[in-house]
Amino acid sequence: MIRVQTQDFDIGAEIAALTSGRTDIGAVVTFTGLVRDVTLELEHYPAMTERELERIEAEAHERWMLQASLIIHRVGKLSPGDNIVLVVTASAHRGDAFQAAEFLMDYLKTRAPFWKREGEKWVEARESDDEAAKRWEK
Amino acid sequence: MRILYFSWVRQKVGTAEEAVALPADIATVATLIDWLKSRGPGYEAAFENLKLIRAAIDQTHADLDASIAGASEIAFFPPVTGG
Repeated sequence: MIRVQTQDFDIGAEIAALTSGRTDIGAVVTFTGLVRDVTLELEHYPAMTERELERIEAEAHERWMLQASLIIHRVGKLSPGDNIVLVVTASAHRGDAFQAAEFLMDYLKTRAPFWKREGEKWVEARESDDEAAKRWEK
Repeated sequence: MRILYFSWVRQKVGTAEEAVALPADIATVATLIDWLKSRGPGYEAAFENLKLIRAAIDQTHADLDASIAGASEIAFFPPVTGG
């Protein structure tokens, strides 16, 4: 499942919703990205963002045995300390959930059409993010 | 064809979205960029360094040499910075 939203998210509530009524999940991994130091404004490409996040999520399900997954990305104005992104992966055993969570973040960072702005200055893409994504290339 | 611009590409071009009627010989993303650059200094500034330009055809990432035949929406933007 994927969501793009302006409002904050509650990690505990999201995990509970994802695992509620399930007896096949043995491992849940979450990654939360927070805004560090600065005030950010996030722009995105609405229709493509959802499609790209769905493509990335589908690829994770092809590569690993996942029981469930969730990606939430916030847009709009965000302040230091605010949540910005949440990735949750659930699997029978921890290995799949750990790897899939890292994959989802690496691909999201290099493929999902979001752009951060600090005041009037656009944040530049980092080569280290491209390098991180490359290790998942088949 | 609908052309969309995001982030600083949008700011330099001066619009978020426009509809254009393309000459028949515009076959790829790269030739579309060349054509756009001829439309004014804002476009020229936006597409000055193609290393910093990413494109999507109908909401799917595309290389600059990709064909735009049959496409209805092309988007231009800098490398993404979400997450």
